[in-house]
Amino acid sequence: MTIPESTAAAGGGPGVSRIPVPHRPGVLARLRDREVSGWLFLLPLIAFNLFVVLVPSAFSVWYSFTDWTGISSKAKFIGLENYRNLFRDPEFVQGLEHNVLWTVFFLIVPMAMGLFGAYALSRIRRFRLLFRTLYFIPYIVASVVNASIWRSILDPQNGLGNLLHINPLGDQDLALWSVEFVNNWAWWGFLVVVFLAAMQGVNPSLYEAATMDGAGATRQFFAVTLPAIRPTFAFLGLMTIIWSFLAFDYVYILTQGGPAGSTDLLSTVAYRNAFSNLQGGYASATGIVMALISGVVVTVYLVIRKTREWET
Amino acid sequence: MYVALTALAIFSLGPIVLFFFNALKTNSEYAADSLGLPTSWTWGNFTSAWSQANMGAGLWNSLLIVLCTVAITCVVASLAAYALARLKVRGSSAFMTYLLVSSALPSQMFLVPLFYMWARVGLYDTRIGLILIYCGLFSPFGTLLLRSFLLGIPREMEEAARVDGAGELRVFLQVVLPNALPGILTVALTTGLSAYNEFLFAVTMIQSDSKMPLSTTFFTFQQGFTQNFTLISAAGFIMIAPMLILFLLLQRRFINGLANSGMGGI
Repeated sequence: MTIPESTAAAGGGPGVSRIPVPHRPGVLARLRDREVSGWLFLLPLIAFNLFVVLVPSAFSVWYSFTDWTGISSKAKFIGLENYRNLFRDPEFVQGLEHNVLWTVFFLIVPMAMGLFGAYALSRIRRFRLLFRTLYFIPYIVASVVNASIWRSILDPQNGLGNLLHINPLGDQDLALWSVEFVNNWAWWGFLVVVFLAAMQGVNPSLYEAATMDGAGATRQFFAVTLPAIRPTFAFLGLMTIIWSFLAFDYVYILTQGGPAGSTDLLSTVAYRNAFSNLQGGYASATGIVMALISGVVVTVYLVIRKTREWET
Repeated sequence: MYVALTALAIFSLGPIVLFFFNALKTNSEYAADSLGLPTSWTWGNFTSAWSQANMGAGLWNSLLIVLCTVAITCVVASLAAYALARLKVRGSSAFMTYLLVSSALPSQMFLVPLFYMWARVGLYDTRIGLILIYCGLFSPFGTLLLRSFLLGIPREMEEAARVDGAGELRVFLQVVLPNALPGILTVALTTGLSAYNEFLFAVTMIQSDSKMPLSTTFFTFQQGFTQNFTLISAAGFIMIAPMLILFLLLQRRFINGLANSGMGGI
């Protein structure tokens, strides 16, 4: 690996020796050492990422243009047919709609709960850490177990379902909301923790000034807190959109997409197409569309951040 | 204010407490009153669940998978974080953007080809195959977390060691690593939690009952015993107990690690 003259000069200044001295290497050799050992240190990470994420993703791009089953080595190139079929496929369209509803729900309910919880915690003196811990506990409970907890509570024969005469997970009109509710229960406490960390960085004199001006707690939240934590807010908004398109566990465990597809998301449709219907190429196309959606979201976020010049 | 906060705390904890109560009820008691206190404390559900759901094997597999994942991820992440924080590698900021993007990729995008690759090379339905996947999935996050931790450590001692002629590997092992231990512990905890709770890859990549980690052992059990909620509750509680205890012991480190990086996943 060669180092351009300019880099060496910038790093070493005048008097840089081009010949490495065995015992006390010159600045140039030292710099080169760092560059080379830097990549050596990165090598294991790159190797793992290559084999687990990058190579399979590249295969996925290729397979999305083929009729690959997912289990045989045969794959015939069929051009854009998978993509054309996707948008004619009622399951895909329905999954996409549910993903949008899912995103809207997670942009509103947990964000509001997280902001409220964090703001309330930032304004109290006692038990702040205790409450924070309590809110966080559902987040560390495994999704399989969380799903079971709520399956028992929402059960139409024994639980709340019986009490209210509803079947939250079995009713086509309620099922998607119920799954979102269960997922949110495990999720919002995480937002409290992140928002609280951001709010504790807000300059206290801003609150003092607001109090002097006679602003109440609600005014202060909108006038002081929210503007101050805007980078965190924007980042979590972005991640919420991305994660909403990745959601899988709760639907798969609680309803498997049912009843009658009323809780299907793109992820569960793709999973079923890949592993039950043996349509690997078609499922890959779904995965690529999902990745493109997150790509668009990230790009929009980066553009907005650049024009507004938010610091993160 | 405290009223609202307490209501939210009940919302968070109530279902878990109820779940624990259900694990202590007999079946007939559960059928009569699934939302109340247990009248007699039936601890036997835990032992029945333990043997019927084959949780001993599941716990052993989870322990093996989590410990190996954590160990490998910590090594991989600390090497990479050192390179990104200290060794002026060209293109490192582009590389970090790549790491962020790759951890936001939908698993569905690479799941099927990965499954196929793993089947072809004999890693499908093996614990080591799952461990390797977890290392690939969790090491980017660990790297970014540890890199920001390393940036907060003064670098004078490293420079001194370099002046003394130490190579990068020695600087890393003797100077950086001991100082980075708190950060590495945070990475270990968050990685361990993710690996222990992971579901999608576990359910896809492990077929044999004898190799399943707890998440899929429990999933299989509750799919088969949908009627017996008391046993399911007991099994579920056995599964979450280790993480609850670990969290309560080391909660500040858990919370700070996750909060500072703002990463996780719905």
